[in-house]
Amino acid sequence: MSCKSCKKELKTVTPDVTWKDITEGGIIPYAGNADLFKTGDWRSMKPVWIQEKCKQCLLCYPVCPDTSILVNEEGKRTDFDYDHCKGCGVCVKVCPFKAIDFVEESK
Amino acid sequence: MAYNLKEAAKKPERFTGGHRMCAGCGAPVVVRQILRAMKPEDHAVIGAATGCLEVSTFIYPYTSWNDSFIHNAFENAGASISGAEAAYSAMRKKGRINYDTKFIAFGGDGGTYDIGLQSLSGAMERGHDMVYVCYDNGAYMNTGIQRSSATPKYADTTTSPAGKKIPGKMQVRKDLTEVIANHHIPYVAQTAAVGNMKDLYEKAEKAIYTKGAAFMNVLAPCPRGWQYNTPDLMDINKLAVETCFWPLYEVIDGKYVINYIPKNKLPVSEFLKVQGRFKHIFKAGNEYMIDEIQAEVDNRWATLLKLAGQA
Amino acid sequence: MAIRERMSGNEAMAVAMKQINPDVVAAFPITPSTEVPQYFSTFVADGVVDTEFVAVESEHSAMSACVGAQAAGGRAMTATSANGLGLMWEVLYIAACSRLPIVLACVNRTLSGPLNIHNDHSDSMGARDSGWIQLYSENNQEAYDNMLMANRIGEHPDVMLPVMVCQDGFITSHAIENIELLEDDKVKAFVGEYEPEYYLLNKENPIAVGPLDLQAHCFEHKRQQAEAMKNAKKVILEVSAEFAKLTGRKYDLFEEYKTEDAEVVAVILNSTAGTAKYVIDQMRAQGKKVGLIKPRVFRPFPVDEIAAALSRFKAVAVMDKADSFNAAGGPLYTDITSALYAKGVFGPKVVNYIYGLGGRDVKAADIEVVYNDILKIASSGKVESTYNYLGVRE
Repeated sequence: MSCKSCKKELKTVTPDVTWKDITEGGIIPYAGNADLFKTGDWRSMKPVWIQEKCKQCLLCYPVCPDTSILVNEEGKRTDFDYDHCKGCGVCVKVCPFKAIDFVEESK
Repeated sequence: MAYNLKEAAKKPERFTGGHRMCAGCGAPVVVRQILRAMKPEDHAVIGAATGCLEVSTFIYPYTSWNDSFIHNAFENAGASISGAEAAYSAMRKKGRINYDTKFIAFGGDGGTYDIGLQSLSGAMERGHDMVYVCYDNGAYMNTGIQRSSATPKYADTTTSPAGKKIPGKMQVRKDLTEVIANHHIPYVAQTAAVGNMKDLYEKAEKAIYTKGAAFMNVLAPCPRGWQYNTPDLMDINKLAVETCFWPLYEVIDGKYVINYIPKNKLPVSEFLKVQGRFKHIFKAGNEYMIDEIQAEVDNRWATLLKLAGQA
Repeated sequence: MAIRERMSGNEAMAVAMKQINPDVVAAFPITPSTEVPQYFSTFVADGVVDTEFVAVESEHSAMSACVGAQAAGGRAMTATSANGLGLMWEVLYIAACSRLPIVLACVNRTLSGPLNIHNDHSDSMGARDSGWIQLYSENNQEAYDNMLMANRIGEHPDVMLPVMVCQDGFITSHAIENIELLEDDKVKAFVGEYEPEYYLLNKENPIAVGPLDLQAHCFEHKRQQAEAMKNAKKVILEVSAEFAKLTGRKYDLFEEYKTEDAEVVAVILNSTAGTAKYVIDQMRAQGKKVGLIKPRVFRPFPVDEIAAALSRFKAVAVMDKADSFNAAGGPLYTDITSALYAKGVFGPKVVNYIYGLGGRDVKAADIEVVYNDILKIASSGKVESTYNYLGVRE
């Protein structure tokens, strides 16, 4: 389960915040709000989930550095979080059933 | 509780995407799994030394950490978490906090083996109820791949470049796991992210839930610094373990336990040849370097086997 | 009903800490502050405080642990001197910019090198840009009182800055003098509880402290920090007024001694001010109109008040027990002359005396030399040199 399913409302500080309104001491009281920051545009390659081949072995979800393979409440993986996936390809290599394709990112 | 990949998958994610670590970095993979070992109801205060992990996961105004997090400076993750843990003890006694809190400090090999060694040593010796996790990527990666005392011999780094006269780092790497084991703390573990993550998860669980000081040294391959094909992260971890370059073991109350003894111990060259930082040692005339590295690995492995009574 | 006691400056600071009963004390020994954590350790061992004492392995770790403890939501205190403060240097800045109201007992000793365990102000002066509030203390009573006020000042929501309370190493830290202590329950009531809005141990609202703060936001955080230091002056005066009601002992931004009709004054921090008061009394008996201004609050620097106070004198000798080695004058002198200029006060002639470095004994005769110098300057209007060393063998 990732932040996307915990339904917590995420907040952040805007780039134009004034010194009076900025959080004191640089504290960020919005735990896990990096979820709002999209890193999907880093990709030059893209993993594609081939559901028919996927045996739900779950070897892929823990190897993602970017928490971009989401697992639902039943313990089954769902599709990639393309907002955050950087296209590193580690999951592609790890899948024993070739259920993840690795294709060029279309721009 | 015995590790079950599917059950562990259902646990809440404590580390979000949206951080700026390199694509394919070994460190966040390690962090995710370690934090997953926590009980869902427990709160953590996590500290990190300045380094790739801290700097990329905590750029104002974003934090990738769902728990409380503190970054202080480069060399004091041990001391900072010691202080937080001491405050917790005091406040718990006074009744101002009435729930369990776990204290986990993360540091790279730079902030742990080198500049942070003193602070780590003090924290361990004082026996704070905390875990220190070193994510060892074998160099000061954040500042651009400079050598550390964790860098393997002959590795090419920017301050120990493989040049015409000197072929990379000329010193063997320090064994920090042993140094901390000799602090006689309740739990020490050397681990890596391999297979279904069982080794890493179970050790994290033990470390977090053992009362007193615990230390984990976790291999964290760096695609930039080690110069390997990025998608091969899990293969690299596996090779490190199968060659006995990075043995998986624990020291539990002083007793050594090796968790994995490879049936077919691979020659260390299998691990070295897939990394660009070692490509110079495969040139003709440099065979002695590979032999040296092999001898070093074998020596340490033999010593470990003896310590564990598994020789 | 105050408790009459006699004790050293170090013990006085330790007793204040005992009465404050912080959550964490993380300290490492260094002469001459060592006794503070030693006394405190006895309190811990005897169970008279609830504090967790962290016997850290260096001063860098002492301040780091204080940062961790304070950020976690506890009250953290420590004590150090000289190179201990030097070793804490980067963490001092971090504590201040993270807005953590840690309290540090600074028993002033010269920074190496050379190695010297005796008093001067080079340690705390070296930290004057760190963002810490700095209070200076002439004797054990002031050290004790300043320690009691430090938490209230630092923890004020308009401030939220760390505070260091300074006193002279050996001279007052080890000298046993009379002191009036406050009762435990009165201290407790005055100091109150530390209840931060944001703290690491808060499960309901976890926070992250100490970000990588890039160009887009760092500047705003610094501006905010500057505002906090500006607010500190008002808060110090308010807390001091409340303290005066409680104890009868009045503390301002600086003390003025026999300045009402003085022609010339010396400006001196800490214990040497006490020697100066004695000299003033002697010289006044000879009809010389001399006085003293003894700053208590060095950070924030009370520009308006100092400029106003000094404006009516003909000559001022600023005595610095530290040198900036800027080839121009010591830190106190630099701040004072800059304050005068900023406020358009050009009347008094201001000269600097660097004195007592490395614990060189400062005698009444030396102070008399200073006053005679500035009396001469007052009458002649001529200044031969502004940057002077007092008491060095020529």
